[in-house]
Amino acid sequence: MTAVAAAPSRRPERRRRHRGDAAAYGFIAPNLGLLALFVVVPLVGTLVLSLQRTNGFGGGVFVGLENYARLFADPLFWRASANTALSTVLVTGLSLGLGLLTALLLNAALPARAVLRSILILPMAVSSVASALIGKLVFDENAGVLNALLQAVGLPAVSWQSGGAPAFASVVLVTLWLRLGFNMLIYLAALQGVGRDLIEAATLDGAGARQRIRYVVVPMLGPATFFLLVIDVVYSFQVFDVVFVLTGGGPQNATDVLVTYAYQNGFVTRDQGYAAAIGVVLLVVAVVFAVVQWNTSRTRDLTE
Amino acid sequence: MTAATTPLTRRRATGRVARRRLVVALRTLAAVVVAIVVAFPLYWMAVVALSTRSDLLSGSLRLIPSSLTLDNFARVFERFPVWTWFGNSVAIAVVVALITVTLNTLAGYAFAHLRFRGSTLLFFVALGTLTLPVQVIMVALFQLTTSLGLYGSYWAVILPTSASAVGLLLSRQFMLSIPRDLIEAARLDGAGHLRVFRSIVIPLSRPLLAVLFFLTLLASWNDFAWPLIALKENRLFTLPIGLLYLQSENGPDYNTTMAFALLDVAPMVVLFLVFQRYFVQGFARSGIR
Repeated sequence: MTAVAAAPSRRPERRRRHRGDAAAYGFIAPNLGLLALFVVVPLVGTLVLSLQRTNGFGGGVFVGLENYARLFADPLFWRASANTALSTVLVTGLSLGLGLLTALLLNAALPARAVLRSILILPMAVSSVASALIGKLVFDENAGVLNALLQAVGLPAVSWQSGGAPAFASVVLVTLWLRLGFNMLIYLAALQGVGRDLIEAATLDGAGARQRIRYVVVPMLGPATFFLLVIDVVYSFQVFDVVFVLTGGGPQNATDVLVTYAYQNGFVTRDQGYAAAIGVVLLVVAVVFAVVQWNTSRTRDLTE
Repeated sequence: MTAATTPLTRRRATGRVARRRLVVALRTLAAVVVAIVVAFPLYWMAVVALSTRSDLLSGSLRLIPSSLTLDNFARVFERFPVWTWFGNSVAIAVVVALITVTLNTLAGYAFAHLRFRGSTLLFFVALGTLTLPVQVIMVALFQLTTSLGLYGSYWAVILPTSASAVGLLLSRQFMLSIPRDLIEAARLDGAGHLRVFRSIVIPLSRPLLAVLFFLTLLASWNDFAWPLIALKENRLFTLPIGLLYLQSENGPDYNTTMAFALLDVAPMVVLFLVFQRYFVQGFARSGIR
């Protein structure tokens, strides 16, 4: 139908396309202009800054790759990188696993299901600063309710603030609390897409509960899992607020991550060239995930 | 199938019913336990905000407060400019949401329905900014806002925060579902693109606009990292920055900190509960695809 109509009108079509160009650029200009000014320009600025040695907020001196050489020799940078990687793996893995479990739990006819779902997604509305402060209250080593509860059931108190590993765990737990609802929602939607009839068909074919999950539900959840994987990784490698407010990176840098370490250098010790170099490292990681995300959204468009 | 004629099948049927009941009971129990664990921090915030200091420090574990008081709120309002900070949060979040939704839907329409040179590349670049943490650019962005003369005003937060492509992606995805024939027909009737956008695309995108407005409002209300850098003066603080400031002034006084945290959290929790069915659907749609 369109092929017949398109053949004779090729020339006006092309002219219209050019006129369309101007209108389209008008539509995208405000949004992309703002992005260019407040993201792309500072991005270039960051690259330039990362090649400079700076003092306070005055001009810098060009020093080539010196900041990067310092980075590679900086044990705190490696500590922050390792922490970032570990918390990304933990938060992503736990959000996916617990998100799926709670979604499976709520995907059946339960009494008060809507209320339970609302409760589970409520932390999505809570600011991460408030969450971190609630975390401070709950995890307080001396007056905290969590240690009191642990001791009430005969367990030893945990040094959530002075111990490195427990402090790290507290950051992961607060972040997980903030993220669980989103993961559960996406899985819940995907499970509802699986459909009753498919599961019933498997049941009629003699599949047990475990087999139904293994061979019917899990393969159907692939797209949702991949979507969440990308979003969760991107989210958790830039968790700043919770670390900054809950632990401040301590004790002894045990919970420092790349974003807090960059802030520390840029705005506390005011070593901006160095902070920019850390920013560039973050940028490289971000670009890798942008490419992955681009591929995801493209395949999503194709299947539409 | 349900007509159980022999005693044997009847017994088997009742056995199955009993087992199913047990499964539902166990599932409900597990779900309730998870819900309690998730809800507890919010409950505890409210309890601490409403109880006296001595209750918290008494050393004994008391999950249900013996008495309630509003003293903590009185102290917060007395010592800190809470209403100013509250007003700042509202103003910044509303302006950010208005700007972002307007710009995102305009651009979303172009990427969904107009063909133009460079569209793929530009869309890719816009998407690329999505995964970028603000910490990558914060030093340079700080220098930029200072040299633009924005530092020291709300615009230092509003403009960089409005430079977002999240809603652009959502808008494009949503607007792809608007039939192209509808738009073509209006174009043939002589309507310009702006007219088509205003009288066809926008009315059909109401659900998108609601979701987008709320999500942007929520994100801006809760935003912390950039406002922390861009707002240095006490009178410009938003609630999260004020919350941190109050906490550093107060030290370990959890009661007043939680009272203020409650004021920060409550409005969005209420809005969230009211609007959840709209964006739950929106999330569901974006997640399945």
